[in-house]
Amino acid sequence: MGKPASLQAVHIPLHRRAIDALRRAADGDVFYSFIHSPVTVAATAVTLLIILSAVLAPWIAPQDPFDMASLDLMDAHTPPSWMADGNPKYLLGTDDQGRDVLSTILYGSRISLEVGFLSVIFSMVLGVGLGIVSGYAGGWLDAVIMRIAEIQISFPAILIALLTDGILRTVIPEARAEELALTVLIFSIGISGWVQYARTVRSSTMVERNREYVQAARVIGIHPVKIMLRHILPNVMGPVLVIATIHLAVAIITEATLSFLGVGVPPTEPSLGTLIRIGNDYLFSGEWWITIFPSAALAILVLAVNLLGDWMRDALNPKLR
Amino acid sequence: MPAFIIRRLAQSVFVMLVVAMVAFLMFNYVGDPVHQMVGIETSMQEREALREALGLNDPPLVQFARFVGHAVQGKFGLSYQYKRPVAELFEERLPATLELSLVAALFSLVIGIPMGVYTGLHRSGFLSRIFMTFSLIGISLPTFLIGILLIFVFAVILGWLPSYGRGEVVAIGGWTTGLLTISGLKALIMPAITLGMFQLTLIMRLIRSEMLEVLRTDYIKFARARGLTDRAINFGHALKNTLVPVITITGLQIGSIIAFAIITETVFQWPGMGLLFLQAIHNVDIPIMSAYLILVAFFFVVINLIVDILYYVVDPRLRVDMGKAGGHG
Repeated sequence: MGKPASLQAVHIPLHRRAIDALRRAADGDVFYSFIHSPVTVAATAVTLLIILSAVLAPWIAPQDPFDMASLDLMDAHTPPSWMADGNPKYLLGTDDQGRDVLSTILYGSRISLEVGFLSVIFSMVLGVGLGIVSGYAGGWLDAVIMRIAEIQISFPAILIALLTDGILRTVIPEARAEELALTVLIFSIGISGWVQYARTVRSSTMVERNREYVQAARVIGIHPVKIMLRHILPNVMGPVLVIATIHLAVAIITEATLSFLGVGVPPTEPSLGTLIRIGNDYLFSGEWWITIFPSAALAILVLAVNLLGDWMRDALNPKLR
Repeated sequence: MPAFIIRRLAQSVFVMLVVAMVAFLMFNYVGDPVHQMVGIETSMQEREALREALGLNDPPLVQFARFVGHAVQGKFGLSYQYKRPVAELFEERLPATLELSLVAALFSLVIGIPMGVYTGLHRSGFLSRIFMTFSLIGISLPTFLIGILLIFVFAVILGWLPSYGRGEVVAIGGWTTGLLTISGLKALIMPAITLGMFQLTLIMRLIRSEMLEVLRTDYIKFARARGLTDRAINFGHALKNTLVPVITITGLQIGSIIAFAIITETVFQWPGMGLLFLQAIHNVDIPIMSAYLILVAFFFVVINLIVDILYYVVDPRLRVDMGKAGGHG
């Protein structure tokens, strides 16, 4: 299917269109509310900073904590550099294996964010898919999907994730437990969060279904799957992105909690939650930095994403309030 | 009304059957139950005989029916780790979890309601802003982090409170309580705060928004016009009308307190059911896992059922809505 003739005829250079889009965005309400909310600007900056440093971890971290050769057990349990026994080489100190805490945090937030994003994407694809089908098809399919959603929403998401994770871990053979741990974790967190997407998308799909463009598409005999993907999907995605941002904070918390409980990310490539669990054993011997710094990193990350999500919900979609 | 209750009951039974099915599949097909029960020197014939005696050769449906029958009577077999009946283990652990959950719920109500009322009445006051910031932090901090921070401050640095266990407990009949000894009470403080924190922020925010809503209504304006005291208006009229949703949410939150207890119990090594379940996951102790699964699902289903029916009884507007919804679905 080519573009309509009217759009092809007017040819605007790409850079001009980009500038126009930017100018329109800068004039808009959303941008105005963004600029005038210092908390949101700060939260966005912090979120981007954490994401950037997590992505760039292999290049900016002082040490590769997974490279056993670079670790020196003699350096284990070094306090932060500003304390009496500190070593300027290790800004935030080292853990029990001599790993630089700052580096483990950088690599750890990388894994936390990776699991968080993948779980959110999994939830989103599942929830949006079921929601569109439910809203478009209606009938018994809709009834079944919504009944399942209703049952699931009556249990807390973290409990669903923990139970799914716990059951799957006992089902998979021990030999493959290590390599499958991340997949199991992402599946468990993902499956615990699809309901909200499905409910929102279903209700907007039910509105779109009766619009003229959908009826027209149906009349000229376009396949229902194509109508759902090409025509309805782009029109119901707005609120989904807002839900996804708020969900990201929840997914990161869930991952950290499961890892802290010892049923999440394995300690060989620790996430923030795993780091906190490892460090927790040393809290009482006075080596607080091993657990407190990763905890602070996790808290700041979640708080920043939450603030960003709150603002997005208010600015982009007042109805969701 | 009866149709609504019957539909809800049917749904509850369905949920329980699905959960029982998952527990049954785990129980029967993850690992070999016979293998768990016998030693290495048991011969194949003896194993086969045991298999037959346990009914593991029966058709799956018969086995499932038997499993459900046993579950209803509270029989979940022997724990692989402890070699003791699962029901017995749960009975020992139940008081610890219930006491913790109850105190946490009370804490969140006693602190959360006044904070909510205050922030509702003084929207832009200085203290309100502090409360709201505090509640955002309460929502953002994962439960286990709150626990670790409390331990760090009050157990490690200040040394005021114990960081793990229940302290001394007193046995009254089959129930053990830590509420009657000083060490038991001291041990309860931090776990209860950790567990109640999330509910506290939730209740506070809920009361606040409900208060803001109610204070705008005409009957509050009329009460002011009649010259009633602020106290009578705020507490007698406004707060009273916010309580229906609060009761519902609190009821529903009891379930999630039980879920979050798993985390709190792990942080504080609190000898409750959640800790038992988590250890069971680590040691692949299937009987405990499946029993916990069924027990928690049962708690949830019962609580949801009661809250739904209560809501229906309390709020007449809902009856009309549900009648309509029922007509569609």
